[in-house]
Parts: sequence; structure tokens; C-alpha cells
Amino acid sequence: MKEGFDKHHLLGIEKLSASEILFIIKTAEAMKEISYRKIKKVPTLRGKTVITFFYEPSTRTRTSFEIAAKRLSADTINISASTSSLVKGESLLDTAKNLQAMQPDVLVIRHPHAGAPHFLAKHIKAAVINAGDGMHEHPTQALLDAMSIMEKKGDIKGLEIAIIGDIAHSRVARSDILLFTKLGARVRIAGPLTLIPPYAETLGAKVCGCIEEALEGTDVVIALRVQRERLKQVLFPDLREYAIRFGLNKKRLSLTKRGAILMHPGPVNWGVELDPEIMDMDRTIILDQVTNGVAVRMAVLALVTG
Amino acid sequence: MKLLIKSGRVIDPTQHLDKVLDVFIEDGVIKDIMANIEMDNVQKIDAQGKIVCPGLIDVHVHLREPGFEYKETIETGLKAAVAGGFTAVCCMANTNPVNDNQEVTRYILKKAQEVNLARIYPIGAVSKGLEGKELASIGELKEAGVVALSDDGNPIYDSGFLRRAMEYAKCFELPIISHAEDKKMSPDGVMNEGKISTKLGLPGIPKASEEIMVFRDIKLAELTGWHIHIAHVSTAGAVDLIREAKRRGIRVTAETCPHYFSLTEEAVEGFNTNAKVSPPLRTRNDVEAIKQGLKDGTIDLIATDHAPHHPLEKETTFEDAPSGIIGLETSLPISLRLVEEGVLSWSELIDKMSCAPARIFGLLAGSLEPGKVADITIIDPDITYQIDPSQFFSKGRNCPFAGWGVKGRAVIAIVGGKIVYQFEKIRTS
Repeated sequence: MKEGFDKHHLLGIEKLSASEILFIIKTAEAMKEISYRKIKKVPTLRGKTVITFFYEPSTRTRTSFEIAAKRLSADTINISASTSSLVKGESLLDTAKNLQAMQPDVLVIRHPHAGAPHFLAKHIKAAVINAGDGMHEHPTQALLDAMSIMEKKGDIKGLEIAIIGDIAHSRVARSDILLFTKLGARVRIAGPLTLIPPYAETLGAKVCGCIEEALEGTDVVIALRVQRERLKQVLFPDLREYAIRFGLNKKRLSLTKRGAILMHPGPVNWGVELDPEIMDMDRTIILDQVTNGVAVRMAVLALVTG
Repeated sequence: MKLLIKSGRVIDPTQHLDKVLDVFIEDGVIKDIMANIEMDNVQKIDAQGKIVCPGLIDVHVHLREPGFEYKETIETGLKAAVAGGFTAVCCMANTNPVNDNQEVTRYILKKAQEVNLARIYPIGAVSKGLEGKELASIGELKEAGVVALSDDGNPIYDSGFLRRAMEYAKCFELPIISHAEDKKMSPDGVMNEGKISTKLGLPGIPKASEEIMVFRDIKLAELTGWHIHIAHVSTAGAVDLIREAKRRGIRVTAETCPHYFSLTEEAVEGFNTNAKVSPPLRTRNDVEAIKQGLKDGTIDLIATDHAPHHPLEKETTFEDAPSGIIGLETSLPISLRLVEEGVLSWSELIDKMSCAPARIFGLLAGSLEPGKVADITIIDPDITYQIDPSQFFSKGRNCPFAGWGVKGRAVIAIVGGKIVYQFEKIRTS
């Protein structure tokens, strides 16, 4: 298998090979140690400019990218929709051209529309990293999820992984399913039918009729966030009913394999998709995911500029 | 003014003609069709090896004027029309201001007269401002020259309103063209709901959203006894509903567009905004059903839904890009693939692109019978080339067929006995 990563952009998991995925994770594992040094900085990206451009609100991902870039000594600039010329009606194309004119090396973008990073990649020379595009992909999240699973389980191959909740609107679910199946895991998905996309099985996951079926004997459980804005649509009656019928609690998790781990891409609605009683369980590795997020983003930043 | 078209393969379904003949035109009217017409002192067109047929008619175009001249004008639209072999077009009412009153209709007709290329037949709005609430000034529109009514782009949701509109339109013998789509089923939808939408994370539009409205429209045609024309049929289910309605004698006619029988949802892959259209591109199964519908007569005609946008408007994310595909300069070569594949005969294709549009909407032309206006298209069936949107007369570049290798194109368009378009490589003497 060819080792390495020679892509200029990271737009999604879809176009990555298993060996590229493993190489990124291996690089991230090496990067992780930097965050525990007394002086958390290496010169890898000295003299490089990284712009994070977030058209959607984000705390975790944006901060994670910024910390990652800074630990690699890059100069970082953060732009959000409210502070950009978007509010003046500038088009995405014009914004891209103007940013490119300032010669950045990397553009990290989050956008509410699927394919926005792909569009930018066609128009600018800087490396584009997709930090979440609409309901499409969120590749660095899937990479950090895989890294976190590998830390606990060693290998992804052969694992049974359940993803529970709003699959339809989740870019995390799409990237996770693509990545886990590329690495040889079996993925099951479950949630109310209103939140399962049509032809979900074409993503490579098995659609389960109920939460219990999806959890039975799994090694890994990933709960997804219930987006409150979905309440405006006719997708489920209310948060209370969701918590009762589809939320994860100790009882439901007892169906999983012994030693199964619980993950969540955050931010968690405690009391909705996750019962607070499982917050401090050993198997809950939500904060390890966040830690690994920095390492994965350091790796990706280093690789696309390398 | 005399014109003699020599030795072309004359195909006219209205006269069951398909043979090599000469066509003699005088004073804008077809005088004679027969073998070996010899005549001096006339302009002659050597049509040997070419198809000579009634001028093609496109009953569904958006010319964007007045209001959106940056996307297209009546002039650029009509130039594109004749270059594509169309001698007449029907333009939709969703201009700004909307064509819901005689002033706009007269403006469009006046502009078209100045351009003096293809004939233009405006379509009036059903409702004022395309809002589906109050009837447009339908009697006045008829007098000004509209040939049909449509709120195209904005489906009419209120069935009671559409029922009254149909009854009222019946008094003026104006068919209603329906954009059959329940957009409330998927307010954010941008492409067909299916495997590709799930993979790309794009909000989908189920086929049911079209079929529910087609069924409703058929029921209203049955109730009112008036003619509804279903625009741009895109699903197999809609074809079935229309077939069944026709079998029961309901006054329903239907059109489809070249993109619905030549492309599927897969064209959206890579977030190709030129493949974003309303209704959306569907699946292989739908494409086959639409071909079958064309073949068995369920779908009466081929229109383009020519919907030009400024290239910059399509240079954005798929969700932000406006819907629409241009069609005037690609419709004939793409539709000719149906002849190549054996779905339609030449004669059937010409019926769907000329005779049927004229028959259904009561337009001039659509026939080469002596005495009819001389609107004629001459087609070179053998010429092969690549579709190159940069060469289009239309201002639009939103063409999903760019780079396709095709065969056949219009080389001469004649309107009222006058040559209005001549492909550069064709000479007359």
C-alpha cells in the first residue's frame, strides 16, 4: 500500500483511500504529543498563513483549527459570516478571489451549503480544508473520530459501529460512514425515520428499525446532536419525546458489547440525545475526541501544505 | 419575393410527406410542393441531403425581457431560437413586470417585431403577479395576443383558484400551462430526492411532489372540461397519470424537455450547477418512461424550458444557484438522439417539435401545406460537432451538454418566406 498524502485539498472522506486516511491518523498521533509539551509550538508552518472562514457558528471546530495552526507556528486569521463582506452581499466567488489575492496558504471553510469547499477549491490556489459543508461532509471530524476509536480499540477493521440520531441532516454521519466502511468496520444507523435519509443504505450503512437493534452488540456508539432548529420542521414532536424514544441512557447502552465506547461530535444537548447519567462513565470519550481534534487538524494542516 | 428549396427530403407529418421534393415559396406563403420545380429568377436553396420541415416551435422559453435583460433579451433569445432551428417561440410570463396585462404583452410583441427573426407568442400570467390570488386580466391579455396562460415557476396551490381560472380561461379558449410541483413538500429541495442527493447532502425533491400536482391538474381538467397542458414532465409516475387521463378522454396535453430524456440526477455530481433545474433531473427509470411517453403519444411535444441565467449566477454553491437550463441551441441535436436510438421516427420528431405545438396552441405554421405561412427549418442531419456554449447566441451559458458530441443541426431558418438564419457553412444562390 502506498504511504503518504499528496492531495492539495481536504474536501471530504469520499475521495480518500484507506491508506491516506491511516497516514493522516498516524501523522496526528505523532502531532498529539506537542499539545502536552511545556512549550506547545513547533515551526512546521512558520511563515504560512491560515485563514479560517466560518459561515456558520462554531466554537469547537474553529477553535480547534486555530489552536492547531498556532501550535504549528502558522499565522491565523479568523473570518466569520457576521464580520465578513457577506453581510454587504459579496458573493462567495468574489470573496474567494479577494482572499486568494492576499496569498493565504490554507483556507479552512465551514459553509451551510454542500459543495462550498469544492467550489472554492476550483477558484483559489490555497489549500482548502472542509470544516463542514451543509449536510455533506465533515472530514476532520470523521478523522478525529477514527483516531479516538483506534486509541481505545486498536483497529477499526471488524468493529460494529452504531450512529444514532439525525442522520439525514448530519455531515458527521456521512463522513463517519464513509471513513469507517473504508477501514473495514460495519456501520449501523438508527433514528426516527424522518431523520434517516432516503436510500441511506447507499451510504454503506445498515439501517436499523429501532435504536435497540442498532445498539445490540456494538463496539462503538456515536450519538448525534439534535439540532433544535429542526423543531420548526415536522420531524419529531418535541424534545421530551425524542429523549424518551431515541435518547441514549445507561439501560439502552447496556445492549452494547462490554467495553463499548460512546462518542458524540458535540455540542451535546444533555437530556435530549444523551441522558446526563452517562456523562461521566468511563466509556464516554467525548472529551478525548476534542483533544484528538487538535492533533488531527495539525496533521491535516501540515500535510496539505507539505 | 420568391424562394425555391431544391431537392431536400421534405418531411411534413401533417401531409404524411417524407420524400425528396422541391418547395416553392412566394409572398411569404408556401405555394407548391412537388418534384422538379424548375424556375428562373428566384432565390434557390440547394437542400440536397438536407431535411426540409415545418419550422420548429418551442412553446416554453424564458426570454427574460422585460426586467432581466442581463440574463437574456428578446433579441438574443430570438437569435438563439433561429440558430437552433426554431421559427416560433412562446415566452413565459415571469418577467418583471409580470406579463399579466396587455401593456407587457404589447411591449414583448413590439420588441419581437423590431428584432424580426422568429415569431413570438407571449404566454400570459394566470394570476396577477404570479401570486395565485387574483386572476390576471385574461380577456385583455387574449386581445393583446397571448396564446396560453401560465404561472410557470410558481405552481398554483389553491385548487379552487385554479378551477375558476380554468373556467374563465375556457371562455377565451386559452389553455392553461401548469408547472406541476408541490414545492411545499420540500421547501429547501434542490435536486431529485434519491441516492445522489443523500450522497451529496443536498436537500431532495421527491417525484411525488410533481405527481400529486399532475393528478390534481388532471382532476381539474376533468371537472372544468378545459384544456390543461402539463409543462416539463420529469417523472415516470407523471407519464402514467397523463396516459391514463388521455385514455379517459380528459383534455390534457403534455410536454417534456431534452434534459429530461437525456440526463439523470447523476449530472449533478460534482455540484454541477448547470444541472440544477426545476423540476429536477430524475433517474434512468424516469428517462426511459419519458421516452416511452414520447413514443406512444402520451407526451405530445418537446419544449426546451430555455431558462437563461447570467453565468455569474451559476458560479456559486449548488444550493444558491438559480434553477434553469438553456435549450434553444441544443434542443434539436439532443432530440435527434431519439431518432438515432429509434425512439422516434424523423416524422414523429418533427411532429413533436413543430406540428403538435402549432396544433395544441393554435399557432400559425407547423405545416408545409400550400397556402400556409412559409415557416420552414432546414436541417443537416449528418453534420457532427461538439456542443460549445461559448458560441451560443443566447446570453446564457447554463448548458449541461457542453462538450457533448452530437449529430445534426438546423442550417437554415425561414420565417414568413424570409431566410432569418443561415449557418455559416451553407450557401444559397
